Amino acid sequence: MIEIRWHGRGGQGAKTASLLLADAAFNTGKYIQGFPEYGPERMGAPITAYNRISDEPITIHSNIYDPDYVVVVDDTLLESVPVTDGLKEQGAIVINTTKSPEYLKKVLKGYNGAIYTIDARKISEEALGKYFPNTPMLAAIVKVTGIMSDEELLEDMKSSFKHKFAKKPEVIDGNMKALEIALKEVKKI
Amino acid sequence: MSIRERLSGNEATAVAMKQINPDVVAAFPITPSTEIPQYFSTFVANGEVDTEFVAVESEHSAMSATIGAEAAGARAMTATSANGLSLMWEMIYIASSLRLPIVMALVNRAVSGPLNIHNDHSDAMGVRDAGWIMLFSENNQEAYDNMLMAHRIAENKDVLLPVMICQDGFITSHSIENIQLETDEEVRKFVGQYKPEHYLLNADEPIAVGPLDVQAYLFEHKAQQAEAMRNAKKVIKKVAEDFEKWTGRKYEFFEKYKLDDAEIAIICMNSTAGTTKAVVDQLRQKGVKAGLLKLRMFRPFPTEEISEALAHLKAVAVLDKADSLNAAGGALFEDVTSAMYVNGKHVPMVNYIYGIGGRDTTEKQIESVYSDLAEIAKNGKVENPYRYLGLRRREN
Repeated sequence: MIEIRWHGRGGQGAKTASLLLADAAFNTGKYIQGFPEYGPERMGAPITAYNRISDEPITIHSNIYDPDYVVVVDDTLLESVPVTDGLKEQGAIVINTTKSPEYLKKVLKGYNGAIYTIDARKISEEALGKYFPNTPMLAAIVKVTGIMSDEELLEDMKSSFKHKFAKKPEVIDGNMKALEIALKEVKKI
Repeated sequence: MSIRERLSGNEATAVAMKQINPDVVAAFPITPSTEIPQYFSTFVANGEVDTEFVAVESEHSAMSATIGAEAAGARAMTATSANGLSLMWEMIYIASSLRLPIVMALVNRAVSGPLNIHNDHSDAMGVRDAGWIMLFSENNQEAYDNMLMAHRIAENKDVLLPVMICQDGFITSHSIENIQLETDEEVRKFVGQYKPEHYLLNADEPIAVGPLDVQAYLFEHKAQQAEAMRNAKKVIKKVAEDFEKWTGRKYEFFEKYKLDDAEIAIICMNSTAGTTKAVVDQLRQKGVKAGLLKLRMFRPFPTEEISEALAHLKAVAVLDKADSLNAAGGALFEDVTSAMYVNGKHVPMVNYIYGIGGRDTTEKQIESVYSDLAEIAKNGKVENPYRYLGLRRREN
């Protein structure tokens, strides 16, 4: 079983990204859980969302304390939220950031596992003309975890977006482009 | 043929309601109710059901309208949660005492205050003596399956009692998980048509519903309700057997998970049972004889069956997700201990109040309960039977 914890801010789509990841993994035949931790819902407040993905049925119904992977959708959280708490060192953290590797290593004090970064702002603005970090972050975590192949993700998301954006089809191509760029640009530091 | 899907517990319940296609759904569409009426009203708007949807102005009216519809001869449903159920409270008793086979989804959440919208079982425990059949669900699948079985239980002429299908707020109601759905056609075949025997809109048999019931009658009517509740046990069993023949999914009054050869066990309801299963598996690998009794049928309460299932254990912990604030113990603990006493079984038992107001219940916490139980099993002593699990305490 793979356990993933998402850290974002209200309004950035971390919850939606966790549900899309659950959807995509479901479509490859897995057992999945996707759930946010509900608190006072406020734009900009730190939020957490979770995924469990497994080949076997999942019975655990608690939050995730020792994740295999962590996704940080907003790097301003790095100094205020203990994002690496419980994170397994054989796992990885994926951060939306343009900050230097030195800064990241310093701020993730003591975490010795793999660190991946991606500039989701640049990708989103290039592909969509707006800042929606969740689509690039979804691609990044799929790439890092290897839950499915690039092709499987792209094919699956195309049909998800068609459904999700039925009323605004003009954003489908931009979101697909954001996924494609993100799959290429996520890198280990 | 089952359909592989992924849905939240709220979606699963709304889909079950869509497939049942009741005559009337009366519900309050926003907080403190749930997403269930919201999803269901979409099905109504899209013409996927031919239900009359009544968007009422309060939860008291939601239950009142449901009662009116059911008394008129319709199959009526509703859904609520927490303080919504509190506002229904007066009508909850009316529904059961009028012997109306209403089916309601209850997404378990804390009854405020101070204001809290998260999961615990205080809403359900507030109506445990109201004469409703209460079934609890570990996950989205069980919430769906219990809903599909509900009408055949409620509408059986030996029962005629309302049924409440419970699941954990947020933990399962808002979590997307795998589920096996049945086809609309098969569901409708299983649930069947509602043919009430006595109803208000029957011009050939004018009746009154809920008139004055003075000293000479109310006692007998209450005794009949109690009899119906006893009858419900065999009906719940029979419906589950038919359900298993249809879907292959087995439901009993409670699920015994690695219980038969266990020495220590936990009893709990809803989603915590799933987390407990994972802990039982881990402990079994270490050679600890841990087990679980997951209670599905809370009302009627299976006293004889529970006492038999627990009799061989060396120590048992009952987990209550609501405190009775009675200086004695939670509601489930009192029911289980009284079942044991009445049936002449003696096993050391301890109660843990846990998960209040959405406090997350972790594998570590559950494991600590089994450690406590191992200690009790060893020396047979229960120092303090009324405990907390996961409570933050001030450090001295």
